[in-house]
Amino acid sequence: MTTAVSDAHNEHDDHGPTKGIGRWLFSTNHKDIGTMYLVFSLTMFFIGGAMAMVIRSELAIPGLQFVHPEFFNQMTTMHALIMVFGAVMPAFVGLANWMIPLMIGAPDMALPRMNNWSFWILPIAFGMLLSTLLMPGGSPAGGWTMYPPLVLQTGDSFPFLIFSVHLMGLSSIMGAINVIVTIINMRSPHMSLLRMPMFVWTWLITAYLLIAVMPVLAGAVTMLLTDQFFGTSFFLAAGGGDPVMFQHIFWFFGHPEVYIMILPAFGVVSEIIPVFSRKPLFGHDSMVYAASCIAFLSFIVWAHHMFTVGMPLTGQLFFMFATMLIAVPTGVKIFNWIATMWRGAMTFETPMLFSLAFVFLFTIGGFSGLMLAVAPADVQYHDTYFVVAHFHYVLVPGSVFAIMAGAYYWLPKWTGYMYNETLGKVHFWASTIFVNLTFFPMHFLGLAGMPRRIPDYSTQFSDFNTMASIGAIGFGMSQLLFVWVLLTSRKGKKATAEVWDNPPGLEWTVPSPAPYHTFETPPEISEEDGVH
Amino acid sequence: MIRNSFLSLLGLFVAGTAKADWELNMPKGVTDLSLETYNLHMMVFWWCVAIGVVVFGVMIVSLIKHRKSKGVEPAKFSHSTTAEVIWTAIPVIILVLLAIPTAETMVRLEDSRDPDMSIVVTAYQWKWHYKYQDSNVEFYSSLSRDSLEARRKQSGVDPFSVDNYLLNVDNPVVVPRGKKVRLLFTSNDVIHSWWVIDLAIKKDAIPGIVNEAWFRAEETGTYRGQCAELCGKDHGYMPIVVEVVEPEAYEAWVNSHDAEQ
Repeated sequence: MTTAVSDAHNEHDDHGPTKGIGRWLFSTNHKDIGTMYLVFSLTMFFIGGAMAMVIRSELAIPGLQFVHPEFFNQMTTMHALIMVFGAVMPAFVGLANWMIPLMIGAPDMALPRMNNWSFWILPIAFGMLLSTLLMPGGSPAGGWTMYPPLVLQTGDSFPFLIFSVHLMGLSSIMGAINVIVTIINMRSPHMSLLRMPMFVWTWLITAYLLIAVMPVLAGAVTMLLTDQFFGTSFFLAAGGGDPVMFQHIFWFFGHPEVYIMILPAFGVVSEIIPVFSRKPLFGHDSMVYAASCIAFLSFIVWAHHMFTVGMPLTGQLFFMFATMLIAVPTGVKIFNWIATMWRGAMTFETPMLFSLAFVFLFTIGGFSGLMLAVAPADVQYHDTYFVVAHFHYVLVPGSVFAIMAGAYYWLPKWTGYMYNETLGKVHFWASTIFVNLTFFPMHFLGLAGMPRRIPDYSTQFSDFNTMASIGAIGFGMSQLLFVWVLLTSRKGKKATAEVWDNPPGLEWTVPSPAPYHTFETPPEISEEDGVH
Repeated sequence: MIRNSFLSLLGLFVAGTAKADWELNMPKGVTDLSLETYNLHMMVFWWCVAIGVVVFGVMIVSLIKHRKSKGVEPAKFSHSTTAEVIWTAIPVIILVLLAIPTAETMVRLEDSRDPDMSIVVTAYQWKWHYKYQDSNVEFYSSLSRDSLEARRKQSGVDPFSVDNYLLNVDNPVVVPRGKKVRLLFTSNDVIHSWWVIDLAIKKDAIPGIVNEAWFRAEETGTYRGQCAELCGKDHGYMPIVVEVVEPEAYEAWVNSHDAEQ
């Protein structure tokens, strides 16, 4: 991270960041906070990944070799919580912090002190969650979905689980408010809403989703807390409560949550594909409408996670039709990306490779999603490895690949140096091969009848499990390459302000690395700028 | 230590390939509705394949032809309302084609009227209890002894040497072939889910709630399943075995049970 200030815009401002730990603890600078979010996310990615390695080692062959079933369940639960709330979401918030002010020509986020707070809550929340590993009875083991009554059997770690989820929600809500206020109020003059870059657009929509659903999750887990400690019976049948109500409330949060994790990914990919196709993004406005449609539909499909709980037929039909509808706007997005590539002049640098793999592999996750929408078939797929394959396809080669693509794309802007392209490509190919080796066989396992969240399995499932375990360990190792790329990036050649071949967007008008303070006076936008 | 476990892992993998099967697809099952479910699954699968061929085909052509190294000039176009309308309308049509047969099957799935017999299935951590409503038969069903011994951590028993490892029980559910059997599910503690893939039934057993499902098995045989909803530490160890027998054999089984009690 540089401390030099060399931007011509910034002649009034000759002071850089404060020195030492104070720079990070008390930072109100969107770039520093963005960096902290990204480093935090990468750390969590490796902690959650280590847990995945425990899971896949145990599942490599039938029989119980390494861990007890109790600990296995703790690993699946913690892996999910850490990856969802600790790795994927903070990574996108980090990208938002770094890039949204640069993309809309704002000097910083609108609420810088809240920005600091929303970040620093996260290490506390996850410190608390991870500390449960050392408690009597271990970590939460009832699944990240926290279904009662099972979750109420959690030991000493139960209140820590609830409070850490509260804190994660608090952090997300504050981050979302900040994003919305920044985008609505701090765009440069002449950047109308429909002229905003796609990444900004998808984040605006995501931020509204966050504000709408995180309080719902907080409410649901608070009810769990009072059921456990204060004698209420929201979800306890013995006291007249309804265990299924929790699932309705949870998935009313949970389904928009999956779009919270994928819409910013759509945004990143929509930035990258046009640049490396050397063509403007096809159908910018229809992309905005499609993302808004997806966000709206995400609120009315939650019970497709619950086709086996015994819903009335009409309820099942409604949720099935609504779920199928999501395929339409999602299809529009994919068609628009392909139309962007069509008759372009493509080159295949690492960010483009990750984005192309995203389009391919996210679509495969979309196909299994369409299959899961078919309710009678879902009864067979539900809670099997088919579902595990589905959501890992949309989350790993989906969200995570988009984050990787974004990291490679903007890294020269952040550090001022070009990363090692060969290493980047090796990282890409290793990740892509191993991610498919890990998750594709899981489709077969699920269809053949292997339930998810089991520590041991019948022998007929052994071959594909071994294959998936080999893939998982390969994928985990490949991510170490990414750390290597980051650590060696300073050895690369100096990056220019534009970095890539004539990219649109305001972030490329400031020098690389981006100075500590940018756009203290709003940039002038001509008719052509700002539209991707 | 690490090297040893790696070697044994490799050894078991090689041994395993000989015994395990590479099952790729959902079984057709043994009821009309399981076959209908299978057909729906294959229908949506082939739609996905068809869409995939077109979408990925176009993308691959573009990746091969439209690259800078071929010296192409990038085109300038950036929107087309016609294209957007077309690729919105076609998926809608496909979805309608998918939704109609699916809805028809769902109506049949939910029709549990006029059963020939009913069984109350109560889930416990971590076993099942079955009570036949039309006779005195009731019993618990839990993981069979040989699996129970082999499942212990580092038990030293090769899972491949155990008959139906983790999928065998002490007391299977016995039902007559060709009869409409209604199952009523509930739970004594946490949520479980009763799943037998060949019967295409997966239904949650929830405390305080009674769920129902039905099947009419057309072929005799032994059908195996597992609990599908995470229910605590032994979630992976509460299998389900359903034996479909000829009606006469079923009568004999019920009578023998009565005699025992």
